[in-house]
Amino acid sequence: MQGNDKDGALVKKAVHAAVEHFGSSQDELIPILNEINRTIGYIPGEAFDELSSLLRVPRSQLFSVASFYRMLSTKPRGKHVIQFCESAPCHVVGGREVWQAIKDFLKIEEDETTPDGHWTLVTTSCLGLCSVGPVMVVDEDIYGNVDPAQVANILEKYR
Amino acid sequence: MKAYRSMVLVSSDPASIEQGANEVYQALQSEINAYGLENEISLTMVGDVGRHDAVPLVIVYPEAVIYGPVTKENVHHLVEEHLYKGRIASTLQAPIKELSGKIAWLNTRKGTLPAEQRIVLERAGIIDPESIDDYIIHDGYQALAKALTEMSPEEIFSTLEKSGLRGRGGAGFPTGTKWRFVYKSKSSKKYVICNADESEPGTFKDRLILEGDPHSIIEALAIAAYAVGADEGYLYIRGEYTIAQQRMKKAIQQAEEMGFLGENIFGTDFEFKLHVHSGAGAYICGEETALIESIEGKRGEPRARPPYPTTNGLWGKPTLVNNVETLANVPPIIRRGADWYQSFGPASSPGTKVYTIMGNVNQTGLIEVPMGITLREVIAIYAKGMKNGKPFKLAQTGGSSGSIIPAVLQDTPMDFDSFAKAGVALGSGALLICDEETCVVDLARVLLNFFRKESCGKCNPCRIGNQRAYEILTNVAEGTGTMQDLDDLMLLSENLYQLSNCGLGQTAGAPIRDILAHFRAEVEAHVRLKVCPTGICPMSGKRI
Repeated sequence: MQGNDKDGALVKKAVHAAVEHFGSSQDELIPILNEINRTIGYIPGEAFDELSSLLRVPRSQLFSVASFYRMLSTKPRGKHVIQFCESAPCHVVGGREVWQAIKDFLKIEEDETTPDGHWTLVTTSCLGLCSVGPVMVVDEDIYGNVDPAQVANILEKYR
Repeated sequence: MKAYRSMVLVSSDPASIEQGANEVYQALQSEINAYGLENEISLTMVGDVGRHDAVPLVIVYPEAVIYGPVTKENVHHLVEEHLYKGRIASTLQAPIKELSGKIAWLNTRKGTLPAEQRIVLERAGIIDPESIDDYIIHDGYQALAKALTEMSPEEIFSTLEKSGLRGRGGAGFPTGTKWRFVYKSKSSKKYVICNADESEPGTFKDRLILEGDPHSIIEALAIAAYAVGADEGYLYIRGEYTIAQQRMKKAIQQAEEMGFLGENIFGTDFEFKLHVHSGAGAYICGEETALIESIEGKRGEPRARPPYPTTNGLWGKPTLVNNVETLANVPPIIRRGADWYQSFGPASSPGTKVYTIMGNVNQTGLIEVPMGITLREVIAIYAKGMKNGKPFKLAQTGGSSGSIIPAVLQDTPMDFDSFAKAGVALGSGALLICDEETCVVDLARVLLNFFRKESCGKCNPCRIGNQRAYEILTNVAEGTGTMQDLDDLMLLSENLYQLSNCGLGQTAGAPIRDILAHFRAEVEAHVRLKVCPTGICPMSGKRI
């Protein structure tokens, strides 16, 4: 996949910047991983190598932490990431139909990326926006009270 | 929520509708408008109020007068007398009846508008959350000053114990007692942590406090640190709450500049340092030992307990972990005293509770009311009734680990003890209110899907049990479940409760237990008749 060819120097730079910002101690590991994930879009293998030597923590341990948290991705993601809330409050107010509409539009299933690398579809648990469910998030933009008919319109904006 | 002088409720159960409740409602609306009272009086169709002998009923607050049967012809008289002139229209009052059971709540509320009582949300939405000056003007940091200069740790513990404050994260452990445990643990280094990993589906109260009144949490943590003997604290905020994190960081910086954090606070030798720590998307990190692991930079897997964090917490040191809402109650209690706090809600669990209301109701949102309010009141008054007038079927409390509460329990006061007695749980204060078009199998399946994904995988009963329960529920929803499956579900639910290491697994089986206890017939219809009574389940005949 394209994302795997991330420029090694770029990864190195992102890792160093994150470690410099938060300091090289174990309790800053999650903020560091968060920051790398944010700058690169995911945490590539090279980042683990680099981080391992900087923090003096085994690579396996870093990977075990990174793979535990939902907001950290160890796989490349599409240009736009769609998060859909699948918790009960959104589900009972029409979330089921919206979820179907999103899948129909993108023609992919949960945790998949479209072949053109444009979209990644993931589910998320509650985002704390339950009073305006169903809720979907595209990258950082939040959409509430989503109606199945609006899905295409919303997503077209990110073409 | 807008403040009204009076509140008028119209019953709209099927019997009331048949007797003309809709016409009465319309007549009330036009009469209220005719007198120009529409900004002073709220009018709501409330569904079933629990009494059917003199329908339609019209109930007027704050006097809690019950009128009935009301017809559209006598609405004019009622509005003119009661709402305009302020006299009770006694000729229209419903026959006096021993009010018991379902309608007893009307009795207990006599003469009081069951108004919102804001303690923890007192400032949220009123002050500028990014201005420390605004907070100080609204009595901010007074409690910290009082605690540091006038109170010993012992006095703080006994004030909290006397106030009856119990943890608002879900378990309801007495706060003062927890603080005392940490105080008694001997160590030169201790920590206080605010658990702001609010991830319980349907719960967004903590977000509002963090975003709307960040300094109140800083103040509470500083008081806690002083009382238990800690000098360092963490605010563990879930990764999704970016605004809350930014506000908190800014507030900490402001507090440091003003000397409410740092060294020699209020001229004493107390010092306190506070950090914001972001989560990264893991429900389990709301469990306090998993949260501690996460701050230490590890996978958020709960530790075996005992030892408890009060003796062996962050980096092995005694640690106090409190939920956001619990902490937000502390400064007002310190400032105004335990007796003041005791005056709200029932004696066994005083104070207020923040509830988030969502689901098939007319008005969703968030309220803070005295403990002990009933579900019927919440639906009728704050949620403005069920959407499209459909009957209320069940409520799911406390997010995914709460209980499924059937309509028959809607008059049980919502406080820790009454709920425990009825065999249900208050949880974190989420109220997902569902109408008759909700299928219990579908709902349980969604809840179990959540647990199966959020299980950290450390212990087998939870990792395998939730997955298996989800599969069986899926089969039931596809019309391929068997009666044996239902027995297996019950056993799984019991095993999850008995064998899981932490609260996630222990409560994950609750939806299964609840639907089989309260909605057995509906579940069996899926199995025996291969029919989903609400038409929601796919029933495609597939089996995993």
